[in-house]
Amino acid sequence: MDRNKNILIVGVGGQGVLLASEIICNVALKAGYDAKKSEVHGMAQRGGVVSSHVRFGKKVYSPLIKKGDADIIVAFEKAEALRWVHYLKEKGTIIINDYKLIPPISSMKGYSYPENPIERIKKRVKNVVVVDCSNIAERLGNLRLVNTILLGVLSSYMDISEQIWTTVIEEMVPKGTEDLNKKAFREGRSVSES
Amino acid sequence: MKAILSGNEAVARGCYEYGLHVATAYPGTPSTEILENVKNYPEIYCEWSPNEKVAFEVAMGATFEGARSLVAMKHVGLNVAADPFMSMSLIGAPGGFIIVSADDPGMHSSQNEQDNRYYAKFAGYPCLEPSDSQEAKDFVGEALSISSKFDVPVMLRMTTRICHSKGVVEFGQRQQFPVKGFKRDPKKFVVLPAHGRIRHPLTVERLKKLQQFSEETDLNRIEHGTKGVGVITDGVAYQYVKEVLPEASILKLGMSYPLPIEKIRRFSEMVETLFVVEELEPFIEEQIKAQGIGCEGKKYWTNLGELSPDVVESGFIEAGVLEKKRAVPTGEDVIVRPPIFCPGCPHRGLYYVLKKLKAVVTTDIGCYTLGVLPPLESGDTCVEMGASIGVGIGMAKAKGSGKGIVATIGDSTFLHSGMTGLLNGINDRAGITVVIADNRITAMTGGQHHPGTGNTLMGTEGKHINLTELCKALGAKRVRVVDPYMLDEMEKVLSEEMQSDELSVVITNRPCALFPPENRKLIKQNPFYIDSEKCTGCHLCLKVNCPAISESEEKSEKGLTKCIIDGNLCTGCSVCAQVCPVDAIIQKE
Repeated sequence: MDRNKNILIVGVGGQGVLLASEIICNVALKAGYDAKKSEVHGMAQRGGVVSSHVRFGKKVYSPLIKKGDADIIVAFEKAEALRWVHYLKEKGTIIINDYKLIPPISSMKGYSYPENPIERIKKRVKNVVVVDCSNIAERLGNLRLVNTILLGVLSSYMDISEQIWTTVIEEMVPKGTEDLNKKAFREGRSVSES
Repeated sequence: MKAILSGNEAVARGCYEYGLHVATAYPGTPSTEILENVKNYPEIYCEWSPNEKVAFEVAMGATFEGARSLVAMKHVGLNVAADPFMSMSLIGAPGGFIIVSADDPGMHSSQNEQDNRYYAKFAGYPCLEPSDSQEAKDFVGEALSISSKFDVPVMLRMTTRICHSKGVVEFGQRQQFPVKGFKRDPKKFVVLPAHGRIRHPLTVERLKKLQQFSEETDLNRIEHGTKGVGVITDGVAYQYVKEVLPEASILKLGMSYPLPIEKIRRFSEMVETLFVVEELEPFIEEQIKAQGIGCEGKKYWTNLGELSPDVVESGFIEAGVLEKKRAVPTGEDVIVRPPIFCPGCPHRGLYYVLKKLKAVVTTDIGCYTLGVLPPLESGDTCVEMGASIGVGIGMAKAKGSGKGIVATIGDSTFLHSGMTGLLNGINDRAGITVVIADNRITAMTGGQHHPGTGNTLMGTEGKHINLTELCKALGAKRVRVVDPYMLDEMEKVLSEEMQSDELSVVITNRPCALFPPENRKLIKQNPFYIDSEKCTGCHLCLKVNCPAISESEEKSEKGLTKCIIDGNLCTGCSVCAQVCPVDAIIQKE
């Protein structure tokens, strides 16, 4: 790998964005790369916008990705995908969870949830992968698995062995949920294979 | 061994490896996780102090005893601790002492973006600025060794981006440094005018020695690159410069005060054009220019907000160093997601009622500041920790009456710096109403114990402070406790107290719905649901601004969208049910 890889994970507070980026970062470390990630905690936790920048490669300087320089964006929510899509490289890939989370403020005058976010994203970039993770998670019996499913999807666009992914996931998810999470990861990974 | 750590985790690791004995703090974003991680090392005594001034004094006392100590705070916390911070300069730090100042460029979670490097210069302390997690750990060791060697407190200046970014850190062993013991020396440790006059010239000498150290240390290192462009930079800005201008010659300042002026002069002679890239104020640039060395900095890089690789790149394009290869992509305008009170939050009912009563609300720093945002929009002033009470008193005195003025303050903030304000209001007969929103935790920073919760950071049992007794002991005659889930009761009590001529204290009695995490199960009642046949789509329930309530697809006869409650999120607090005019919100059996 000549150039550093830039992965941007975005969503809403409480969706598991930070755990997902933590796992990606540790996967990169285990694969022998230098890795950095950056996000801001604080006010954002309470239903706010959450973004996490992950960068890895031979040597990483900036913890932040430049606009238009992300190789992959993983969006946990559709409006968030639209908010951050300008960070994607022209030839990059955006993976979107087909899920809509309407903020309470939308009931007030002057605020509305974006119309057709996916269509608008497709007008801007070519490689758009939409996955209904909630549906898969529901089938597996736990809605909290969405982030692991998305990691599975992401892994099929990255050049790191499945073995490393599952080892790190096993180490980092809550005790007792390892098998379920590995199953969710495999489900996500098989989305692009099918 | 190596692991991926945040800057804050790395500082905590540094405390362990470099033999720290005592660490103190008051929680404040972005510094909080330092102490939260120090507590994992039982070798170190650590505490959440009631405020930054006390935290500073405790850590200062420890270093007077000859121990290695550290105090951590957010940038504005240093304003609270500024008194000991300045006077300690005359005394020194016999055991080694670090002040971590975690600045917040971009104001992610703060009321201002003051640049605390100026504080280091003000007091004559060395300022060390890590640029990643590895350095955050290493610089704890450097700072302690400089502190012991020169008998001077050292500022470890972090920023949000350093505190909360993660990177690879190599681990080492813990080094042992015995506590040297207090050596009685009144001329040093007792700051009197006569002693101060002896000590002040010594601090001037000390600064000269530190200046020399700054010239020689590897903390300030030249990375030789092309001769055309030289960049002087510090903190996270270094990373952005390396990213966008990898071939440039760089003078990386790990120690940004005192500046290595001669090294800078030599560096400036090596390169054709000299730039200074630093976040926030032109702290370095101005000092370099004052020495007659030509450079440019703030001409190309703003002193507002955070830098980023994009901002640093566009500055170099403007300066003619880089060619413009691409237009920076612009984003779409997408609905904002302002932070809001959690489901079951006890503050919701309070601010809903205060809005209804049209109170003038002087509010304070904490989760409850969110009551200012629409649709609750209850909060007219907010300045700094504890200001709610003083500001309320001042308004009352200027107006001639405290009626209708309500100061709202959280329990942790009240213990931090509200008590003295209350004492003043009682003595002054200000006649305002003080509401202590007592959720029994420091919530906004992620649920830290404070000296009133009955638990300490190290897990020992502390003293649970009864706020009613405390306020009475301070002299308050009218102290009432209310249930913030009961809107009618709240309205009755608050309207009575707002009409009273005497100062009164109203204390809300429901705990935080989020912290400590055990609360989440404890407070959970059967969730409510909305009977869609009864719902008229009036949206009054949306005015309590609960994340569990949203508009559904279904419409009423008049074409208004009806509402639904997410039963997984609902904690059963019942506030929304109390505002529904048609009793459509019902608790599940």
